[in-house]
Amino acid sequence: MTAAKSLYDRIGGDAAVNAAVDVFYRKVLKDKRINRFFESVDMDKQAAKQKAFLTLALGGPNNYSGQDMRKGHAQLVKNGLNDSHFDAVMENLAATLKELNVPDGLIAEAAAIAESTRNDVLGR
Amino acid sequence: MPLIKYQGNSYQCDEQTSVLDCLARHGVTVPSSCRSGVCQSCLLQATKGAVPAAAQKDLRPTAVANGYLLACVCYPKEDLDVALPSADEQRWLNARLIASEQLSTDIFKLSVLCEEPIHYRAGQFVSLAREDGLVRTYSITNLPDGSGLLNFHVRHLPNGKMSGWLREIVDINRGEKIRISSPRGNCFYLPEPSTQPLLLAATGCGLAPLWGILHDALAQNHHGPIFLYHGSYSRDGLYYVDELRQLARDQPNFHYMPSTSHTAIDGFAHGLINQLVATDHNDLTGFRVYLCGNPDMVNTMKREAYLAGAKLQDIYADPFVIAKI
Repeated sequence: MTAAKSLYDRIGGDAAVNAAVDVFYRKVLKDKRINRFFESVDMDKQAAKQKAFLTLALGGPNNYSGQDMRKGHAQLVKNGLNDSHFDAVMENLAATLKELNVPDGLIAEAAAIAESTRNDVLGR
Repeated sequence: MPLIKYQGNSYQCDEQTSVLDCLARHGVTVPSSCRSGVCQSCLLQATKGAVPAAAQKDLRPTAVANGYLLACVCYPKEDLDVALPSADEQRWLNARLIASEQLSTDIFKLSVLCEEPIHYRAGQFVSLAREDGLVRTYSITNLPDGSGLLNFHVRHLPNGKMSGWLREIVDINRGEKIRISSPRGNCFYLPEPSTQPLLLAATGCGLAPLWGILHDALAQNHHGPIFLYHGSYSRDGLYYVDELRQLARDQPNFHYMPSTSHTAIDGFAHGLINQLVATDHNDLTGFRVYLCGNPDMVNTMKREAYLAGAKLQDIYADPFVIAKI
């Protein structure tokens, strides 16, 4: 018997994540509720961060700890990042995967992984 | 066992160890974050040796051509010399100033003859260093032909220390010595895919690298349409207008749109260049985009091009920052 394939592999691995980043980051930049948190002169670095987030949400290889999440978002929390913004990101994540025709069951799995970072991201 | 050379020291790196871990193990810290080949924090540049393809995943094709790599997923099979991309480990080449030619009221073409072998692609930039240490950076506008001749478009800035000197010295002392850095930058033309539509947009002498990229693309028989937008505050900032109009008549796939943002002039579009581009191209899906010139305009257009559907990897931006000292 082979081990169950991870969500990351079932979704299509690195190529799928790349496609998702392209759609997701564009959505986030257009979303007036949250785009101020994603504005950056260095769009390439921002996009790389979004890829790191999506890789994590889709269960791909990553080495992020809860501590990294806290440290990485501390400044944003100071600038007012709260649950409503996290909800908006979750919405954009689901919409992105929907647009890429990812089945609902897999979207729910990804949402659950992303949701598990909420308290670390918001520094609680 | 491969040897990793970094900042003058060599470190043994076994097959199971990444360049990042190898350096860390020897107490050498380079910036890093995700350690999974995703966040691009640990970007290094190979100055010698072959880079494994897996270490260049997701990098722009021109960055790959320049030997950039992600240290955390780089498992070298052979010796590799690496450096931080921003490292000032410049190699300086001897060169001479040989000619200048006025292109518009305040922009002139400067020709420099490099006396040592130099490898570059049109659109990359080099620093020019005067004997007393004054350094300024300019884009190379001509294709390499083996002669070592390099052309630049230089804006003669009021009180510009380097530009003023360059403009005058060539007439006074043809052959004046200068040193030039090895070429840098990821803003240049690569042929694949040759059917991809290209959008080139420049303000002022941001045309310099795009002039090189355009001629490189045409020389390599680019099949896709090429749109060049050249914008300036006034007519003074536009140059090579006749040459580009002629080129557009000769090359069916080349389209040229010069514009001014201040006074409207017959024969030129009027408005801000990003708005003119947005009007003509509201969908940039599948485009490769090159943006050069005024940093605010370049950053605005980069964002707009991305939101209009261009992939970030397909957007090459070269903001011209004017030296403050």
